Amino acid sequence: MSPEVTNYVFEAMPHFEGYVYPNEATQQPLWSVLIVLYPYITGLVAGAFIMASLVRVFNVRALQPVYRLSLLTAFAFLLCAPLPLLFHLGHPERCFEVMMTPHLTSPMAIFGFVYAWYLMAVLLLELWFDYRRDFVEWSNRTAGFKGLLYRLFTVGVTDISEPAVKLDHKLGHILSIVGIPSAFLLHGYVGFIFGSVKANPWWGNVLMPIIFIMSAMVSGIALCVFNYMALSWIRRKEIDMKCLDVMCMFLFYALVVDAAIEGLDWIHRVYSAEEGFQVMQYMAREKLFYTLNLGQAAMGTAVPLLLLGSLQLFRKRVPDLSRRRMYFGSAMLILCGVLAMRWNVVIGGQLFSKSLRGVMSYKMEFAGLEGWFMGAVLLSLPFILLTVMIKLFLSERQEGMA
Amino acid sequence: MSQQVSRRNLLGKIGAAAAGVMSASLARTAKAAVQKVLVSTGAAKGYDPTKHKWVMAIDANRCIGCGLCAEACKTENHVPEGPYYRTWIERYIITKPRPGSGDARGETLVDCPSGGMHGFPEPPVPKEEIQHSFFVPKLCNLCEHSACVQVCPVGATFDAPDGAVLIDPKYCIGCGFCIQACPYGCRFLNPVTKTAEKCTLCYHRITRGLNPACVEVCPTQARVFGDLKNPAPDDPIQRFYQNNKVQALKPHLGTDPRVYYAGIDKEVR
Repeated sequence: MSPEVTNYVFEAMPHFEGYVYPNEATQQPLWSVLIVLYPYITGLVAGAFIMASLVRVFNVRALQPVYRLSLLTAFAFLLCAPLPLLFHLGHPERCFEVMMTPHLTSPMAIFGFVYAWYLMAVLLLELWFDYRRDFVEWSNRTAGFKGLLYRLFTVGVTDISEPAVKLDHKLGHILSIVGIPSAFLLHGYVGFIFGSVKANPWWGNVLMPIIFIMSAMVSGIALCVFNYMALSWIRRKEIDMKCLDVMCMFLFYALVVDAAIEGLDWIHRVYSAEEGFQVMQYMAREKLFYTLNLGQAAMGTAVPLLLLGSLQLFRKRVPDLSRRRMYFGSAMLILCGVLAMRWNVVIGGQLFSKSLRGVMSYKMEFAGLEGWFMGAVLLSLPFILLTVMIKLFLSERQEGMA
Repeated sequence: MSQQVSRRNLLGKIGAAAAGVMSASLARTAKAAVQKVLVSTGAAKGYDPTKHKWVMAIDANRCIGCGLCAEACKTENHVPEGPYYRTWIERYIITKPRPGSGDARGETLVDCPSGGMHGFPEPPVPKEEIQHSFFVPKLCNLCEHSACVQVCPVGATFDAPDGAVLIDPKYCIGCGFCIQACPYGCRFLNPVTKTAEKCTLCYHRITRGLNPACVEVCPTQARVFGDLKNPAPDDPIQRFYQNNKVQALKPHLGTDPRVYYAGIDKEVR
């Protein structure tokens, strides 16, 4: 290509303003929608698990109806959590090197271990201990393929005498206790992947892991609210209002802490106004205006805070139907708000040059590995898995028997 | 009772399987450590990296922005077309302040069309409004504490004992973490190989006693290259250190770049 044409093509590309390093002037950010979904899904796992732990560890009996649903939600989402990460790799076939030859100074290297620990040692075992007795009973009662599945899930341990079940319960309890710090580790660690990048003033922040943990709890509880209400609606079953009230109380308090920490982060950024602050201001005012101010702050945080907060004060005066609608609306808004937050962190951090002299634009395409379609598929996948799991492990008939 | 033992057995087996996986992991780590020594870096046969300490320095006062270095690098290292550069040249134009504004300087304009490979167009402001204008060649800063090496999840990128920061393309998983971690924008994901790539100081050349391509073609000797462990009698790199007060890029990040610059301005990042 002749120099004139190369120069022309380079300068004609309209997707950046100011000066960006030449290696940054690519069509789309290096980490795009798949990496937005990765912390989002991982966060939902951690949050849903904490929700389940409220029953198991903190003995919040009102939440018993959603205990298993929360655990299954965490499990379905956990199975899908590494997929976006895997698909975005240049060489997915080398992914096991991360576990086989981990470079221990890398925050990313530990993901394989944290993930494996959480999946194998915590969630899978806790689910098994919780379900083992049911598996044995169901396998005796159910014929055909389903019965075979249940028999397989018992892994041959069919003792359901009282001491055995007691032991299951005890082990499950211990796992739940271990699970809470593990869930924090899983998601705090995801926050650290971003928080440890000192080259990027948008990411490199000591509060990042805590912000991620809190937003994970908020989004996970909101997901459980959504799942519970949706499942009850699909099954035309009465919603346990006491359970929903308590869930949303926890949702509200988690949201208060989350909003406070994120607010603190912004206050600190504005007050200290360090290098790169100008570009961040520009990002908040222009590039991320809708997703940050409208999506994350207003619709994702302020409105649900108001809705849930007012219900904490006037719960008894609001009729059940309105309350349900307000809860459902808040949960949906929070789920979208946290997704917007992940977008703002991941994409926002790549929309300005590390020279701090220019900004890039990003228009998501529809098709392709990093497009809308793929994002929608990856986000639906855990719901599909969850549906299968609910059919197998949480069917109405089983619930009736329990 | 036998059932409980069965559960214990099961847990034991799970534990054994986990231990098996862990020991396999350890074995692989050891193997990788050995491989790392023998890794194919394009070095000459018999080259001993412990006997050299390569470094580059930039005298921005000398750079005329011809772009030969960036072009030579693209050709020498088969860098793909498009916004992918192992080295590039930035042009800084600092304008005079508006009269009566009370400012010491005007705006700072930076550009780098096609990595500066084909030179630069006329300045976007009239010459009489320019206070300073200069060119800054950029490349891997050869950091003492490289953020890119620190974050690589598999150790595909590493500090060679001779000062070069290299990537093993057969090991890189293409996650892009190093690209995010490099504060200087020196890395990119090669769209063909899908692995991270960066300046290697032309490792295939320097290990055979040649200069990096960019140094070789620079008509003004703005790029100075040398071996700190084997200084020549009239070593250009030693002369550079003696004759200049130097600075490094983004020193506040604690990466301790080993590429020193002479004649740059505070605006250079």
